[in-house]
Amino acid sequence: MSTRNDKKEVETTGHSWDGIEEYNNPLPRWWVWVFYATIAWGIWYTVAYPAWPGLKEATAGYLGFSTRARVANEMAAVDAANADMVAALETVDLAALKDDENLHGFAVNMGSAVFKANCSQCHGSGAAGAKGYPALIDDDWIWGGRIDEIAYTVTNGIRNEQSFSARGYGGVMPSFADVFSGEETSAVVAYVRGISGQEHDAALAAEGETLFLDNCASCHGDAGMGSLAATREYEDPTALYPDGEMTGALNLTDAIWLYGGDEAAITETLVKGRAGVMPAWSEEFRPGSGLSAAEINAVAAYVHQLGGGQ
Amino acid sequence: MWDWIKIVVLGVVALAAAVAANFARDLAYQVHALIVMAVAAGLFIWSVRRAGEPKSAPETGYMDGVVRYGVIATTFWGLAGFLVGTFIAFQLAFPALNFEFLQGFGNFGRLRPLHTSAVIFAFGGNALIATSFYIVQRTSAARLWGGNLAWFVFWGYNLFIVLAATGYLMGATQSKEYAEPEWYVDLWLTVVWVAYLLVFLGTIIKRKEPHIYVANWFFLSFIVTIAMLHIVNNLVVPVSIFGSRSVQVMSGVQDAMTQWWYGHNAVGFFLTAGFLGMMYYFVPKQAERPVYSYKLSIIHFWALIFLYIWAGPHHLHYTALPDWASTLGMVFSIVLWMPSWGGMINGLMTLSGAWDKLRTDPIIRMMVISIGFYGMSTFEGPMMSIRAVNALSHYTDWTIGHVHSGALGWNGMITFGALYFLTPRLWGRASLYSLRMVSWHFWLATIGIVLYAASMWVTGIMEGLMWREVDANGFLVNSFADTVAAKFPMYVLRGTGGILYLAGALIMAYNLWMTAFSKRVPAAAAVAAAE
Repeated sequence: MSTRNDKKEVETTGHSWDGIEEYNNPLPRWWVWVFYATIAWGIWYTVAYPAWPGLKEATAGYLGFSTRARVANEMAAVDAANADMVAALETVDLAALKDDENLHGFAVNMGSAVFKANCSQCHGSGAAGAKGYPALIDDDWIWGGRIDEIAYTVTNGIRNEQSFSARGYGGVMPSFADVFSGEETSAVVAYVRGISGQEHDAALAAEGETLFLDNCASCHGDAGMGSLAATREYEDPTALYPDGEMTGALNLTDAIWLYGGDEAAITETLVKGRAGVMPAWSEEFRPGSGLSAAEINAVAAYVHQLGGGQ
Repeated sequence: MWDWIKIVVLGVVALAAAVAANFARDLAYQVHALIVMAVAAGLFIWSVRRAGEPKSAPETGYMDGVVRYGVIATTFWGLAGFLVGTFIAFQLAFPALNFEFLQGFGNFGRLRPLHTSAVIFAFGGNALIATSFYIVQRTSAARLWGGNLAWFVFWGYNLFIVLAATGYLMGATQSKEYAEPEWYVDLWLTVVWVAYLLVFLGTIIKRKEPHIYVANWFFLSFIVTIAMLHIVNNLVVPVSIFGSRSVQVMSGVQDAMTQWWYGHNAVGFFLTAGFLGMMYYFVPKQAERPVYSYKLSIIHFWALIFLYIWAGPHHLHYTALPDWASTLGMVFSIVLWMPSWGGMINGLMTLSGAWDKLRTDPIIRMMVISIGFYGMSTFEGPMMSIRAVNALSHYTDWTIGHVHSGALGWNGMITFGALYFLTPRLWGRASLYSLRMVSWHFWLATIGIVLYAASMWVTGIMEGLMWREVDANGFLVNSFADTVAAKFPMYVLRGTGGILYLAGALIMAYNLWMTAFSKRVPAAAAVAAAE
């Protein structure tokens, strides 16, 4: 160490390339020692952890470390800690879930994770929806906003071709391009804007009323309140309506639109039709990758408490 | 005789390319065949017109024409690569910049490999070829070996870049990071690279100095290793000789391991060993000081090239790769720390006794900060290879920040320093057009890098923490889109850093242009010719 600080000029190696010379300075001591230390550490580490490959398998290391085992253990620990809650959630009566504050809180946390991993891609991470994907934070429900109805929708999907018991199996919004002339289409659009309380041409809307009652009311209802309101009024309001008779026709009288409420959007809906689809999430329809019963109940509880649950 | 063989070969190539264009199965292959046809036909006509002309006497002295072209190409590709990089940075912040009318050509997925290849292979590659040709001649006191072969290397390499870049835009890719070009482009690069090796090795063999200078060890290890990496990682079977698609020979985790053995050593031998070669010449030259330690240069050279080649598996922690391979990758990465820093010490300590030049010479300042960034990223790299750190950093923007502090800081700055050193000398000027502009470039680039690296540290660590965040019951707290939304301000900041870096490079381009071609810069006093 003492010679290192000498002010004396170190000698060069004696070669010169294009004017560049090289000093013959020794290796810096700290550099050498850190280098040795990393080598020593490296040797120890490869003894302690799986490292050296043999003909059939590699050395396992004396610490018994394995990335896969570690992940499996962490997941098993979480599963074990939650096992009672998950088991309870699997068989819970959804209508009574709110009464069990502890289980409900657990279900909402679990449902939030399920929603973020599986549902947020379409409905948005805040569940505010997007064009064609319903918002889940308001109280405007297409297929019913009771917790059991939400669970049913998640389980079976909407317009799921694999299942006759999926909602919306019975109907889509058809194209009226061949039914209405251009003028008639404008009249119906004006009428729909009228019942939703938007600016419209009153004379055109009056023309459109008859057309609406003749063609649209069979699904949307005479008042344009949508199929959910009609079912609630005429059928057992506590049933799940699994037979597909609910068409999912939207309520046209509120200011909430799935595909847009301006003239161009309503015209497009009329001319081209609409048939939104939501996949089914249960194991029945996604063997190996579907949501478990507990997860479906959890996500239903999460969506139900977002703001608009009925 | 040689003239006639050349004419026949070029004619056959042009004809074969025309046939290939006719039978092409996809757009990229067709456009590439037409490019090759145009180049071969142009050279054919040029050769025919020159056939039989009396040969001028072979030139003596250093072969600097090809280096001059290399300096121009480096500057041009640098600007192109930085521009595309800045644009795609803003595409990530504002997805609307993936314009509808550019779909299929100008969206992020097509432009990203264009950016990486433009900066690494076009900017970095041309810089390495040009500087290695310059340095090997000076330090061997010999003209480049092989006559016009050096010109073939330059033009052949740039043809490779044009084929690669246009291929990405049209979707011709092997989907291997930094090895995207398809099979026929790979074959062409192999030919060019062998020619490069021959020129370089030939010059060293006929050198007039008794010893091989350290810069040339680094260049040689870079050329040899890149050849090996390139060939092994691009082992594919073409689907058709008239199409750009191919099928890789290896599959699954073997393919992944081969890819990252390649990918990491592209960093190790292209961006580290090659650029250390540049450092070992330009830093002592500009500082006018001897290299700090000959012993250190030997030890760290051999340690670096021995250790680097094993470090690739750290790119595949927590994947299908077996734990033992991942352990070895991590251990070799950490042992590599000191050998990497050997280069930093030798570079910085070369300045001892000349530290005052930092105040007066912005070119030295540029070289010093590049060595600083080299030291920082070669510490950060081993740290990120530690499994526990990698569990947080992997797949996040931290990796992008790490790469850019190395690429913008180390590779970019040392190249700028080399370009500022070379241009007045190559065009026979007494000095640069403006040192003030170099200072501006230095500060713009430095602030740009700091904005880039800092914003990527913040967003990388943030998204890593958000991904793993769980509540008391072990349930995930954030959706992926939440992390994307949270990164937005940092993405804008990163793009801003890119604008500063690009602005600095534009100033450099203007400065170099004026140095080389403006009449206002006085000519240098006549330099004694070599040999």
